[in-house]
Amino acid sequence: MTDLLTQITIFVLAILVGFEVISKVPATLHTPLMSGANSIHGIVLVGGMIIAAGADNPVSYTLAFVAMVFGAANVVGGYVVTDRMLLMFKKKPAAPKPAAQA
Amino acid sequence: MDIETLVRLAQLVGAACFVLGLHLMNSPASARNGNLLSAGGMVVAVGATLLDLITRPGGVSGFGWAVIVIGFAIGGGLGLYTARTVKMTAMPQLVSLFNAVGGGAAALVAIDDFVRIAASGQTASVSTTVFTVLDVVIGSVTFTGSLIASGKLQGLISGKPIIFPGSRILTIVLAIVAVIATVVLVLGANGTLAIDGTVSVLVLALIIASACVFGVTMVLPIGGADMPVVISLLNAFTGTAVAMAGFVLVNPVLIISGALVGASGGILTKLMADAMNRSIINIMIGGFGGGEGTVGSAGGGATQVRSVSADDAAIQMAYASSVIIVPGYGLAVAQAQHACRELGELLESRGVDVKYAIHPVAGRMPGHMNVLLAEANVPYPLLKEMDDINPEFDRCDVALVVGANDVTNPAARRPGNPVSGMPILNVDHAKSIIVIKRSMGRGYAGIDNELYGNPKTGMLFADAKDGLGQLVAAVKAL
Repeated sequence: MTDLLTQITIFVLAILVGFEVISKVPATLHTPLMSGANSIHGIVLVGGMIIAAGADNPVSYTLAFVAMVFGAANVVGGYVVTDRMLLMFKKKPAAPKPAAQA
Repeated sequence: MDIETLVRLAQLVGAACFVLGLHLMNSPASARNGNLLSAGGMVVAVGATLLDLITRPGGVSGFGWAVIVIGFAIGGGLGLYTARTVKMTAMPQLVSLFNAVGGGAAALVAIDDFVRIAASGQTASVSTTVFTVLDVVIGSVTFTGSLIASGKLQGLISGKPIIFPGSRILTIVLAIVAVIATVVLVLGANGTLAIDGTVSVLVLALIIASACVFGVTMVLPIGGADMPVVISLLNAFTGTAVAMAGFVLVNPVLIISGALVGASGGILTKLMADAMNRSIINIMIGGFGGGEGTVGSAGGGATQVRSVSADDAAIQMAYASSVIIVPGYGLAVAQAQHACRELGELLESRGVDVKYAIHPVAGRMPGHMNVLLAEANVPYPLLKEMDDINPEFDRCDVALVVGANDVTNPAARRPGNPVSGMPILNVDHAKSIIVIKRSMGRGYAGIDNELYGNPKTGMLFADAKDGLGQLVAAVKAL
């Protein structure tokens, strides 16, 4: 029971952190931020690894396999696509700009 | 220090990186580092789990390793490939797809745990049963809901709200079935009801099925323009499902990360809905353009509109001293961002002061327009947010509206119509207005745009890409 209580404590505190960590975000960043949060819940990959490690029958192996594929796609794809979005915001080197204006 | 402590500490480091990473993503300057920090945390957390499995007493079977390695290779490969190759215009639906599989994975983790306990002849505790059911329900709803949302944005499913007869009743029936099934499982868990393993698995299957259908019926009635908010909400759902999976597996890093995403995703959803002047409840219950009886008329009968040729429009802009381009949904759909940048550069080379007015919800998602224009190499400083650009419309010679509709409708300043109170761009304050639009069709709100009837407005009827192309050619010919 105390174990469960500890987990619930962690859960509640993490929710409060989640509320606080997003503050005044410019609308520009809404989509990348959503995508970034999306990649974080790819941590479910860890869950997939744990059930794969404990699997001992075809059903479990199948479920674990699908969970691994899904989780890995979420993590890898999520971070890469977020990074691609954020790369767009990087200030371009000033060099080509004056040429266009001249 | 034993291995388990090390693993726990490493997972804590991972979780801390997620929090700091999300925080850094609040501002444009540090956003990219924030994402990289978060990715680093992920590597640490997954690496620690790997260490845990390697050193586990009894070890992991060869087949188990094969499942982990091959599963990761396939999923990671697919994720990497799609994320690298997706067009920036198709990005929102990809995010939704990643969200779908995340939710699916969270549900599968709990399903596996439940099936295994049932097969062993034991009964799961009441708390585990509750967390399992919550995880399975939320995860399944997210899985099918996100797939539908992605399909709507991709155009595989009509973006219009789809309402079929009896959908409300079906939704209620599904909810009742899920609740009854859950009660049966909980009673079975505390021993009140004697159900054996097979029956309990069947009951769980019933819950999964109704949750999957619920996800579909929840998203189908919502219009395409609200999809960003829906995807963000489903993203928060997935976070919650992952936290529930953490309870089922007694794994703190899953609980922390899941709760973090659940809460921050919820806040973000509210921010997005606020920027669109929509409430989350309204969106979930049904869109205003969705035939729910609130379609307002702006009144005044048929408005007279003036159409303008590309040549006339080009002359106006080329000899203006300042032009503000207002890109919208239509530009994103027509993938006209490169044509837009070309026109902007051409005008600049003639000494015209060109700026871009970005409404918070322009494009297919908040912030999406910035990404599209940045991809087309429009210099970031030229992109102005609504509050910064609005005063400048008074001084601007020509406002060029490309595929934007409701966000420019002056009717929003008056009460009593569907767009009332929505923050808009003051396009009507410009000396002259040119609107590139395919037809007089209504925008998402389903009302006429009074801007088009403004005597200062000239309509250039064309697809955003064609229209901009014509303008570019006409300006070059001057």
